[in-house]
Amino acid sequence: MKFVDEYRDRERSLQLSRKLHSITTHPWRIMEVCGGQTHAIVKFGIDRLLPDQVQLVHGPGCPVCVTPLEIIEKSQEIAARPNVIFCSFGDMLRVPGQTRDLLAVKASGADVRIVYSPLDAVRIASENPHREVVFFAVGFETTAPANALAVIQADSLGLQNFSLLVSHVLVPPAIEAVLDTPNNRVQGFLAAGHVCTVMGYAEYEPLAEKYRVPIVVTGFEPIDILQGVLMCVSQLESGRAEVENQYSRSVRPEGNREAVAMIRRVFRVIPRKWRGVGEIPCSGLGLNDEFARFDAEVRFGTTEFTLDEPSECISGEILRGLRKPPECPAFGTHCTPEHPLGATMVSSEGACAAYYRYRNFERGTE
Amino acid sequence: MTDPKKAAGGLSACPVPIADYPEVLLAHGGGGRLMHQLIEKMFVSNFDNSFLQQRHDSTRLELGDCRLAFTTDSFVVRPLFFPGGNIGSLAIHGTVNDLAMSGARPLFLSAGFILEEGLPMETLWKIVSSMAAAAQEAGVQIVTGDTKVVDRGKGDGVYINTSGIGLIDASVNIGPAQVRDGDAVIVSGDLGRHGIAIMNARESLGLETSLESDSACVSQLTLRLLEEGIDVHCFRDLTRGGLASSLIEIAETSGRHIEIDEERVPVLDQVRGACEILGLDPFYIANEGRFVTFLPESEAARAVEILRESPLGADATVIGRVADSRDNLVTVRSVIGVRRILDMISGEQLPRIC
Repeated sequence: MKFVDEYRDRERSLQLSRKLHSITTHPWRIMEVCGGQTHAIVKFGIDRLLPDQVQLVHGPGCPVCVTPLEIIEKSQEIAARPNVIFCSFGDMLRVPGQTRDLLAVKASGADVRIVYSPLDAVRIASENPHREVVFFAVGFETTAPANALAVIQADSLGLQNFSLLVSHVLVPPAIEAVLDTPNNRVQGFLAAGHVCTVMGYAEYEPLAEKYRVPIVVTGFEPIDILQGVLMCVSQLESGRAEVENQYSRSVRPEGNREAVAMIRRVFRVIPRKWRGVGEIPCSGLGLNDEFARFDAEVRFGTTEFTLDEPSECISGEILRGLRKPPECPAFGTHCTPEHPLGATMVSSEGACAAYYRYRNFERGTE
Repeated sequence: MTDPKKAAGGLSACPVPIADYPEVLLAHGGGGRLMHQLIEKMFVSNFDNSFLQQRHDSTRLELGDCRLAFTTDSFVVRPLFFPGGNIGSLAIHGTVNDLAMSGARPLFLSAGFILEEGLPMETLWKIVSSMAAAAQEAGVQIVTGDTKVVDRGKGDGVYINTSGIGLIDASVNIGPAQVRDGDAVIVSGDLGRHGIAIMNARESLGLETSLESDSACVSQLTLRLLEEGIDVHCFRDLTRGGLASSLIEIAETSGRHIEIDEERVPVLDQVRGACEILGLDPFYIANEGRFVTFLPESEAARAVEILRESPLGADATVIGRVADSRDNLVTVRSVIGVRRILDMISGEQLPRIC
């Protein structure tokens, strides 16, 4: 398939792997931030082509995983209301709250629908004027422009029955939270290509400078990731700490200005809780005052509800690169994709789920 | 202390972990881990007998000198009509294929209809006509049936159940238990067309594609291999749960290790493209006219040649082999040459967020 196969070429992968072996002289720990990259690394076995000294750790970049328990509970509470049509991307439906997931809420009779774009939810709202239509607006900077557009459309259509349950998070504050962890061991980052396609990469420059870490904006195919790792290791080996762009076929330094303008028009930066990590200042987006009437939390009165995470799961340490999934005693035994204990087993892009699915050599018996 | 098994007046307690699943979820029918748990713990444990232990698409029954294959399947597809078929043709293909997987010659089918009040007669006529055409093509007769009508709103227009009987030749002995070390694994054609065509039609994804379901009756292909004297060890059709679930079931039933080469697995570009966009894996997508067969490596080339003589088997390919190991696993060599384990998914694949 054109535009994909050339980035999955076996020979080219092996060449990059040999190059990486030849330049690596020290042990390095590099974090790939995005869940899509984690998925590709484990699915294609990219980490097995790396020198033993180069260790990839899987970062907090899976939006499904980091959505906090209290928002999951709120989504279920709102979805269960009789007059509500609750619209969501597919993989949010299997995320467990305290006792159940949205699929179970659906099984009990709630009208929960999988949509492929927030604009589908706007259409459903205009077709069902007597019902409340709520879209579960989850994701990083990547999904924010489409969600902003949905609000703008709903506004211009004069829809009174459309709202967003917002749980948007931002990448740079998460990288900073990792770097601020007292025993941080991450020495370089692969930044998420799709996020930078929207936002550009200017906001990573101060991070690279302040913490003296290389940050390489990286794509999602095996060749992209191997190249990103190679660029990052080259910097580490030569003592540089710069922002570089591996994914230049998609990412411009300034990002997509129209998309950024749309995000700024609809959203404002607020503190957000991350599942497994806790609250990070200035790490998320919420609707700004002009569009506050589209806030499902206000409409359904759930703003005051808070909930703490259970402590038994080590996903917080996994998301910060301190430990790997098989180091958890629950991994593959009483924590599985069917019964996830925490953030990183929840989505197929989560580090634990990816390990379980593609690398279950060392897991316990079921 | 009360023995939970003796609770409720002597009835056994429900062994499905009801604390986790007090109600049936859609995922219990998705062909993945949850469905297998439901079958094992709810149905097999209650209906327990030696025939169920065959764990095959259809059950082999021996009545005197006569060996029969017997199977049943229900069809609840939405939409009723999709590119490349409809619920009627699918109801014939599905059951005929289940019989074919035992190496049987399909002979007789039953058809049970659950109709929703208000279903246009014209729609039903179209469905039944295509059932008749599919049955004729497959060489089977529909010899008994049943009709029920439910209130408007209690069904999706029409549900169909078909059961089937076929005759297994005395010389044929195939099933997961016959799989041997060194066997070649052959897939009869490209993967994922049915699942993607249905998804595109059902969800109005707006993918501009001419993609049609692969729904077809494969018994001509399976019988042809047997008639040509190929020493087939196992057939398995690749319906819900796709190639991955079928291979994992066979690895687990036969206690062997299957190695697949991802690069050799045929998938149309249109299907791959749709999967990339939706975050799905073609290995797990449903098919309705595809199967895998396990047979001695020495006969693989000739088997592929025979399959390719028919348009339905035009893309038949050797995709892997049975390795000399007893770990019940399926491994895949990825396109960049690294091996990983293929795991069964919990329920249906859900499109990813980004």
